[in-house]
Amino acid sequence: MTGTTPRPDPAAEAGHSGGQARVGFFTDTSVCIGCKACEVACKEWNAVPEDGLELTGMSFDNTQGLGASSWRHVAFVEQAKPLGAGTAAVDHSGVDVLALAAQGSATPVEKAAITPTTPGPPSPDGRTELRWLMSSDVCKHCTHAACLDVCPTGSLFRTEFGTVVVQQDICNGCGYCVPACPYGVIEQRPGDGRAFKCTMCYDRLGAGMEPACAKACPTESIQFGPLEELRERAAGRVAQLHELGVTDARLYGHDPEDGVGGDGAFFLLLDDPEVYGLPPDPQVTTRDLPAMWRQAAIAAAGLLGGLAAVFAAHGRPGRNRR
Amino acid sequence: MSSSDVTREGLRGVRPGREAETGAGVGRGRDRRRRGGRAEQPMVPQAEFTSYYGRPVLKPPGWKPLNIAGYFFLGGLAGAGSVLAAGAQLTGRPVTARAMKLSSLAAVSGSAAALVHDLGRPGRFANMLRVLKPTSPMSVGSWLLAAYGPAAGAAALLDRAPAVVPLPLRRAGGAAATAAAALLGPAVAAYTAVLAADTAVPAWHDGHRELPFVFVGSAAAAAAGMAMVVAPVAENGPARSTAVLGAAVENAATALLEHRIGVVAETYRQGTAGRLMRASQVLSAVGAAGALFGGRSRAVSAAGGVALLAASACTRFGVFHAGLESAKDPKYTVLPQRERLGRRRAGQSGARGRV
Repeated sequence: MTGTTPRPDPAAEAGHSGGQARVGFFTDTSVCIGCKACEVACKEWNAVPEDGLELTGMSFDNTQGLGASSWRHVAFVEQAKPLGAGTAAVDHSGVDVLALAAQGSATPVEKAAITPTTPGPPSPDGRTELRWLMSSDVCKHCTHAACLDVCPTGSLFRTEFGTVVVQQDICNGCGYCVPACPYGVIEQRPGDGRAFKCTMCYDRLGAGMEPACAKACPTESIQFGPLEELRERAAGRVAQLHELGVTDARLYGHDPEDGVGGDGAFFLLLDDPEVYGLPPDPQVTTRDLPAMWRQAAIAAAGLLGGLAAVFAAHGRPGRNRR
Repeated sequence: MSSSDVTREGLRGVRPGREAETGAGVGRGRDRRRRGGRAEQPMVPQAEFTSYYGRPVLKPPGWKPLNIAGYFFLGGLAGAGSVLAAGAQLTGRPVTARAMKLSSLAAVSGSAAALVHDLGRPGRFANMLRVLKPTSPMSVGSWLLAAYGPAAGAAALLDRAPAVVPLPLRRAGGAAATAAAALLGPAVAAYTAVLAADTAVPAWHDGHRELPFVFVGSAAAAAAGMAMVVAPVAENGPARSTAVLGAAVENAATALLEHRIGVVAETYRQGTAGRLMRASQVLSAVGAAGALFGGRSRAVSAAGGVALLAASACTRFGVFHAGLESAKDPKYTVLPQRERLGRRRAGQSGARGRV
């Protein structure tokens, strides 16, 4: 954590002068229970249309990913890994479950041989599933947002809250923001053509309310607030989890020095980002744009100069016949 | 494992849910940790790449290959063609000049149609000129096309204008339009590479240094191929030289790109993209041979020209499909980023002596 680095203020850079603090999401996946209330609340509040009711067979995740009509997405990851200090390879063959049942539900946790989250014996195919990771994904509202940078119409803009929003009356559906996003968030809606994504409930923010997903989250896995405050709280939470033995807890998207200048929506994860479908080291593509323009200018000048040289070498057709 | 109780005095020991002691009390872990046993699982180094059920990290562009790869081809043909037209006009090759002006007008018209057709809201195409944003290659390109299109159109139309149009206007206007199109043409041919590279798509972004040269080489080969088809043998010397140079640059830049982008190069070698890129190599070799040996035969020259046009189209569609594949497979997003992260962490720990 680089606590002393001055945080970039994207709203001020975009010309907002109201002094509005940058707000964001801190999604703490360690307390996510996978209820999908965030998905439902988002769809309801923002009137996001239905986008396919299909069973994917991948855990309980039938939403599959973020997209034009899914602005929150709860990922479900099943792993044969221990959670915190637990162990995946516990042998319960000697446990008398009937005796345990006779004890009723009053067994103290420390004395219980089996808790709801300890694994049973490995199944015949060797699986010892133990850990179930759930994580509510959302638009990251990057400090350096590629979607906003490449939008040719100015439809995507930076709000006074430091968030990134599409103006639907301007978007002409060119689709450039879609491949520009390093997180695969924004998408064109089939049948509509325009690009859609999370607005962090811009309308609610304007009225001093928190976004619908954070409001609906029953475990405060989705926390909304001024980004500075969330970052402090997140650092404390990681320290708390490490103390509890959950050593693989780590923050994702919190660092203002990462490839996108830090996310407005950052996460506490319990495994590598790619396990949750997040890129491990995202970079805003426009960071390399000056180099790209330079290469293109050299190439274009080469074309002009090269052809000039070719014509000069060949001369006029009458005089220089081969 | 809740630590709160309901008492007559109300709730006791409550804590916000966000401070839940995740992982505590699981198995006998806490005791072991206190005894200094196996509290921490050894962090296994990342041996292979993981993903979320194999689903893509990125969203591939929703662009239709025919529209956008087609535009890359047509834009290159138009842009480089305008340079050939100006050169031919200046050096006394009137048939070539006239034909290439027409070819550029047709190609840029087709480009504009493809671009508007690809929009999710074609009726709002004019919003492209709502702002000028240097950070958006598409915005820059829209303005480029808005300047280049009319110039290429004027060059072609004034060249064939009926006698009603006064001769000075035809002469001076035509020359100015031809020159403007020739100056803007290379920009039109080159910027499309930036358009593709300025995305998170690994096959395009990682090749951002070489892609402008692939596209410009391909554009030169295509325009030269068109000139070899339409121009008489007496005029096509420069076109044949351009064809050989363009094909050489295109293939050399492609080889360099594939060499530099590591594992992502697979996307240029496999599947549809691989077939297109291989077809492009063969066709451009055939075309270059036609250019080298077509000095006396219009038929050989024209056949070489057709091969070069096809080669250029194959390159553009190949690059496009490689991009799609690289965005669809999480491997091409995760592996290079993991490598980059590993290199940075190694550098950091070397420099600061900490993890």
